[in-house]
Amino acid sequence: MSEVPMAEMVTVTIDGAQATVPKGTLAIRAAEAAGVHVPRFCDHPLLDPVGACRQCLVEITDAGNGRGFPTPQPACTTQVADGMVLGTQVTSASAKKAQADIMELILLNHPLDCPVCDKGGECPLQNQAMVSGRAEQRFDGEKNTFAKPVALSELIVLDRERCVLCTRCTRFSDQISGDPMIQLTERGSHQQVSIAPDKPYDSYFSGNVVQLCPVGALTSADYRFSGRPFDLTTTRTTCENCACGCSLNVDARSGKVVRRKAAHEAEVNEAWACDKGRYGFRSSCSGQRITAPMVRQGDKKTGTLVEVSWGEAIEAAANALRESGASTGFLISGRATLESSYGFSKFARTVVGTNSVDFRSRPSADEETQFLASCVAGETNPVTYAELESAKKVILVGCEPESESPIVFLRLRKAVRKYGLKVETLSAIYSWGSHKLGAQFVPVKPCDLPTAIGNLKLAKGTVVLAGETLAQIPGALSALVEKVTSSPARLAWIPRRAGEIGALKAGCLPGLLPGGYPTTDSQGLSDYWKSDLSAISSRATNPSTMVVSGVEVEDFISSSTMIKNLTEAFVICFDTHLSTVAKSADVVFPVAPLEETDGTFFNWEHRERSLSQVVTPTTTSLTDIRILSELADVLGKPLGFRTSAGAKESWEGIPAYGGPTPAAPQVKPLKASKLAKNQAIVSTWRELLDDSHCLDGADQLKATARPILARVSPATAKAAGLIEGAPVRVSGAHGALSFAWELEPTMVESVIWLPTNAPGLALSSIGAHLGSVVSLDNELVEKGGKK
Amino acid sequence: MTTQLTPVLTKNWGTDNSWTLAAYQKQGGYTAIKKAFAMTPEAVVGEVKESGLRGRGGAGFPTGMKWSFVPQDNPNPKYLVVNGDESEPGTCKDIPLLMASPHTLLEGVIISSYAINAHMAFIYIRGEVVHPIRRMRQAVEEAYAAGLLGKNICGSGFDLDVIVQSGAGAYICGEETALLNSLEGLRGQPRLRPPFPAVAGLYQCPTVVNNVESIASVPSIIDNGAAWFASMGTEKSQGFTIYSLSGHVQRPGQYEAAFGITMRELLEMAGGIREGHELKFFTPGGSSTPLLTADHLDTVMDFESLAAVGTMLGTKAMQVFDETVSVVRTTLRWVEFYAHESCGKCTPCREGTYWLVQLLTRLEAGEGRKGDVDKLLALVDLIDSKSFCPLLGGAVACVSSAVEHFRKEFEVGYHTPAWEYLPYDRSALFPVAEEVDS
Repeated sequence: MSEVPMAEMVTVTIDGAQATVPKGTLAIRAAEAAGVHVPRFCDHPLLDPVGACRQCLVEITDAGNGRGFPTPQPACTTQVADGMVLGTQVTSASAKKAQADIMELILLNHPLDCPVCDKGGECPLQNQAMVSGRAEQRFDGEKNTFAKPVALSELIVLDRERCVLCTRCTRFSDQISGDPMIQLTERGSHQQVSIAPDKPYDSYFSGNVVQLCPVGALTSADYRFSGRPFDLTTTRTTCENCACGCSLNVDARSGKVVRRKAAHEAEVNEAWACDKGRYGFRSSCSGQRITAPMVRQGDKKTGTLVEVSWGEAIEAAANALRESGASTGFLISGRATLESSYGFSKFARTVVGTNSVDFRSRPSADEETQFLASCVAGETNPVTYAELESAKKVILVGCEPESESPIVFLRLRKAVRKYGLKVETLSAIYSWGSHKLGAQFVPVKPCDLPTAIGNLKLAKGTVVLAGETLAQIPGALSALVEKVTSSPARLAWIPRRAGEIGALKAGCLPGLLPGGYPTTDSQGLSDYWKSDLSAISSRATNPSTMVVSGVEVEDFISSSTMIKNLTEAFVICFDTHLSTVAKSADVVFPVAPLEETDGTFFNWEHRERSLSQVVTPTTTSLTDIRILSELADVLGKPLGFRTSAGAKESWEGIPAYGGPTPAAPQVKPLKASKLAKNQAIVSTWRELLDDSHCLDGADQLKATARPILARVSPATAKAAGLIEGAPVRVSGAHGALSFAWELEPTMVESVIWLPTNAPGLALSSIGAHLGSVVSLDNELVEKGGKK
Repeated sequence: MTTQLTPVLTKNWGTDNSWTLAAYQKQGGYTAIKKAFAMTPEAVVGEVKESGLRGRGGAGFPTGMKWSFVPQDNPNPKYLVVNGDESEPGTCKDIPLLMASPHTLLEGVIISSYAINAHMAFIYIRGEVVHPIRRMRQAVEEAYAAGLLGKNICGSGFDLDVIVQSGAGAYICGEETALLNSLEGLRGQPRLRPPFPAVAGLYQCPTVVNNVESIASVPSIIDNGAAWFASMGTEKSQGFTIYSLSGHVQRPGQYEAAFGITMRELLEMAGGIREGHELKFFTPGGSSTPLLTADHLDTVMDFESLAAVGTMLGTKAMQVFDETVSVVRTTLRWVEFYAHESCGKCTPCREGTYWLVQLLTRLEAGEGRKGDVDKLLALVDLIDSKSFCPLLGGAVACVSSAVEHFRKEFEVGYHTPAWEYLPYDRSALFPVAEEVDS
């Protein structure tokens, strides 16, 4: 952390009370410090002041120099000076009148359609008009009218009549997210928020403007007309859609989630949420929710899943586990809570007797296993958002924050914009996100990342952010650890999924037990669990039974290999909906979705984030912990807890591991293979909005996803003989996919960038992944020019 | 006190091809730059300070002092921006100057840039006036060709590039920070101050923004000395300036005179009010300055004296109206202008002018409701001094002063249309076919 000099403090008198605030504080903030809320529309503490709405006028009787201002001044743009004396609407008649005057003007062209407005009941305009406005309006002319509503995107809808032109939305999109796709156009009373023709406001952060809007002008197509504030039950919880750990206020109506909003949490998400976090909540109530336990009747190939009682399902699963014993494998979703992960982790070790448990339902490697055990699991002084803000330099390695951890991206952008942070990105492509961070581009082929990491210059004040895709490049994590440990720089590993850090802490890794105990040094945990763990250090290579929880086959390097594995083993599936895994399973347990449970996440900062039950659980599913405990009971080795709270208590009681930290990986990079002319190396990341299951049901949100385009450099396109306008056919180990494509002049040669999981175009379906080699050719065009 | 015309800026306007470099040089042009280059930049600033030259764009801020605010230790480049976005109703001094003698301005630009250490200057001209823009561009080309612009001007070692930029049709871009936004290609809306342009102006670099006439006055000051300039005018309003008379006068036009002249004297120079009519009201400095009546004919037309009678010198644009003119109609036209030109950024201006237009429209049409005049004044009070920038002040000024002087005429609007009370064709200077907008 860099040293922050003590700010010079000034003392001001606000409504007769004194407040001491840092020099340069805006009067509106100083008033807040003194306990007075001055009404405002355009002001927002996280946006640059603009002074547009003029609602916050206050009387300044002494500007600190003995002289006052003859007329009321806007508190949102006036910096306080020592000795300043100001009166707000509380004590100053002139401020009160000025505010009432402005309110009369604000309402002049407002349609006053509160009874049919979504914002009614939670509207700053409504509230402030009640407090600061006059009962009667003197304007008796004709109001300005606009055609409405206007779609700014498939997701965001604008009512120009309600708009008070505070420009919070346009300032947010410009200053915070860097997507200035909405702008003011026209002037005077014709002024309005607009998009450019055929350029919708498809920002990953567009939902924030709905929340920022102090009136009902901006609404989301997803929520409008679906609830009134007084019908909603609000629960504060944590977003489960990535590892950023954003606080959310989730609104449920009649037991169903209808809306999610960012909750203020200065240290984490400030006041923001990404659109995936905000609108990606419908998966649990869309598609085929499993409503009863199921067991396969007949053999694996021809048998069908039949709904059975809980007892029958548990019996079937217990029989299989009894038979397979140590030859059982556990694959847990990276989205699970700490408690669930701990439940599976303990169940695998103490009930089944295997260390074959993994939370990485995504491409992974043994090198990463070692890396996580050695460098992440025992983290005691993690990098934080605040550290990113005060860092001198942040280097992104295998990390694309705008798509993978959007709130990290916003924080980096804030630091770049306000505090002079320099960002550097090691990548094969200069992404839009990097562009918005003004990042320095270090062009690297994916396979050359280990060398590029070795060449990094790491000074004090530098933070390296490593993404989970690094696991796919042999030698990259080894090179990274070696480089960082021999420098004053700091390292943070940012997984994509919300539960991964928690799962690490819960020991859902083959060589790692809960509490950071290596399987080779487990005595402390054996004593605590009263279960001998020393005998179970092996890892099942071809498990005869697999316990799979919340896993999608597309998440792996090769979905076909994954499906093959699932057909060969006896599969016990824990899931909320009928996924591909569930369909091929032998026993299926309906699990309660996250919104029906309490629990804990640890975000990428290792910060504890609590997940709250938002809606009343349905009667047709149980929590995974409950199911595991039932199974454990039947198997005669009770788990020791039946609830999430019980699991948490058990986890918290684990004695601290005091032994040596497991060794860091030392994997040598692969020798670069010679590429044929038509071959290229894959560069990829998961776009924020893709075919992810957690976006199921969020159709408007999905409609704002970026166009699916492969990208290659002009030289690579030429070498492969790609014809512009014709789709490129990308062939991997297990098949081929066709992508529309465009030239990207800044791209590294012999590399093709592809989205990892675009709808219908998952790279896992052809066995391609970051760093793998694919062949490129033009999609076959039949004679006669018809595709 | 002098009551004579003092042609300095306008001296060469009548000569053949006055806008060419040759004609300007024949008149003794571009001698001041040589004098300036022989001085230090600080001395040039000192000379202009000493002359007492005040900004001619309306606010009357001392020009030399503005220059001295530029932090010379700031490592960023310094810029000079000339404000030629002359758009206010009645104001018409800069455009004739640009047409008649663009080199006067350019010489001023060179000297002023030298004084503030700027190597890049911008001349921002109202976009609708195509001819002056062409003239100015032509003059800049001529100057480059003659070595008066570019590298090492006249062997002085001083480099200067000049860009002539046309506006895009917004009155607000005459406000200096909105002008800077427009120049940067941003939306023409005023910026928050502080920081002031002198510290963080164009592209966040130290910038001086001066009116065309202010900069055009600089060569004469350097040529003849600060004392010569300061010898003219009144105690606090020194020097000479261009007064623009328009409307119901016999000879409308530009009258250059030393400060201290009265409206009566200016009217006399312009041949008085048109035959058979008498003065009803006039603006002292464009539509944004509270209007005056015949009672104020002997007021001295300088910054202080006009402030003392509750108005402003502004841009010294006297729009003169005789007794045939409906003050309600005039005020509405002005207010319509402000509503049309309101940038929309702040609530009082955007909504206030919208309301003002509606109130005045029904008063003009004789459809006013009882109490509308008080409502008009209440509305003025509602919006007064609450806006982000001074644009709204202009709208407020014309309405409140008009009601103050001619309340009865507004009350006529409760029952009689203005065009019946004071038929519009009587005030027309030229035969008009049809009044289309009433």
